[in-house]
Amino acid sequence: MSLSLSRRRLIGSIAAGTGGLLLAGCDRLNRNDDFRETLRGAERLTMRAQRLISDRGALAREYTAADMSPIFRANGNRMPASADYQRHLASGFREWRLQVDGLVARPLSLSLDAIRRLPTRTQITRHDCVEGWSAIGQWTGVPLKLLLDAAGMRQSARYIVFHCADTFGPVPYYESIDLIDAFHPQTILAWGMNGRMLPVANGAPLRLRVERMLGYKHAKYVMRVEAVASLAGIGQGKGGYWEDSHDYEWYGGI
Amino acid sequence: MASAASEAPAAETPPPAKGRLVLRHRLATRLWHWLNALTLFVMLMSGLMIFNAHPRLYWGQYGANFDRPWLQIGATPTTGIVQIGDRRFDTTGVLGRWKDRDGQERTRAFPWWATIPSYYDLAGARRWHLAFAWLLVVPGLLYWLWSFASGHARRDLAPRRAELAPRHIWQDVKDHARLRFPRGEAALRYNILQKLAYCSVLFGLLPLIVLTGLTMSPAMDAAWPWLLTLFGGRASARSIHFLCAMGLVTFIVVHLAMVLLAGPYNEIRSMITGRYRIRPEAGA
Repeated sequence: MSLSLSRRRLIGSIAAGTGGLLLAGCDRLNRNDDFRETLRGAERLTMRAQRLISDRGALAREYTAADMSPIFRANGNRMPASADYQRHLASGFREWRLQVDGLVARPLSLSLDAIRRLPTRTQITRHDCVEGWSAIGQWTGVPLKLLLDAAGMRQSARYIVFHCADTFGPVPYYESIDLIDAFHPQTILAWGMNGRMLPVANGAPLRLRVERMLGYKHAKYVMRVEAVASLAGIGQGKGGYWEDSHDYEWYGGI
Repeated sequence: MASAASEAPAAETPPPAKGRLVLRHRLATRLWHWLNALTLFVMLMSGLMIFNAHPRLYWGQYGANFDRPWLQIGATPTTGIVQIGDRRFDTTGVLGRWKDRDGQERTRAFPWWATIPSYYDLAGARRWHLAFAWLLVVPGLLYWLWSFASGHARRDLAPRRAELAPRHIWQDVKDHARLRFPRGEAALRYNILQKLAYCSVLFGLLPLIVLTGLTMSPAMDAAWPWLLTLFGGRASARSIHFLCAMGLVTFIVVHLAMVLLAGPYNEIRSMITGRYRIRPEAGA
């Protein structure tokens, strides 16, 4: 009896010990650069596979007003702290300008009124956070394609970078998308939400909606839209704040 | 036994004492089995870490903090709780509130020993989960094709009509409960409970967990809008994904228990080398 008990206990501690070693091994792999690089290979594979089976113009589902979330959760930064932003907010964004520059023939500097006079698109879509929650809201704004066409993209441009007014500590938020998503018909710079002006918590005066991507790609408080040939020179080079700081995937389609 | 030795040895008479070794599992099954043993654990544990980022499940198209979850793992100021509908369960120490490896108290849903990595890292867990998903799906599809093309599915897995008779199933349940496992030739075939278990995993849980996983991808929802229609929304798909994962955990627990009870050496060898030793028929 005591023999079988001690044997049972031995097997139990061997199992627990093996489990602990495996877990510690997983943690070490998680911190290992070569292993992480291998896992990153799957990100490229996923992106290519999704692009392969999907029309580049395939639309995200649009919902009806009845489907909307009663309360749309805002997260990330909800109030940019910079003095500049506070000044713009206090004056109703009268002096605020959106810059469109980089690899374009005609850089633009647009007031909020000028942007609101441009053709608009209104869409009720689902916002999917990388954490797992979703909320459905209505967005009104100018298709990004119209701004990029007005500015005249150069042949060498490959990505569109969004520079934002909010910061995490000292680090400004930024995000980037490729031209397939930039010219997608549902990709808009939204100034309206749920039939009203875009609230500060959701990114006033202007935020990106890129509907086939997870929430962190939808940059809020957009100040500047820059066309670039490569993401290498921006931030730490991975194409976005969360990509640089936490190794989120640049491809936010899954 | 003594009488067996006195009989004239015939070529077709198997040595009765040890039973003969036969090929039980083919190479495709064995390779896929061990790959899955690894992949499913990584998928499960990295999945629990991803769940920890938002430990609430909803039904419908959407669901976030202001909406009503049907399942929630959380913490009160002193305890850990699981809430299903309106019912609350105290799970302090395991779910919602637990101590990490260093004795530090944490208020995350699933504890450190159940997640990959063992510390909170959503981005890292997603890297594991979305990479190993390829190892689950591609070999899984190949195995699916092979099992249909080779006749494995029809011959070994599909239940026969007589086996589906309630009396037959009940008999098999009783045999399992009494730990009376088949001997002789019968041990080479899957019994009806095994067939039902393997079929519900192969053709039920696994396809369902892959499709509901894809439904959580906003790009996939644009590419294949029928996914949202099929599962009734992204929040529902996430709930079904989680329930399928719990179903697979149940399968693995029962599977491991049956291997231990049926004779781990013989069973594990048969999944490594393919060779299985048949125990002689009772009374032989």
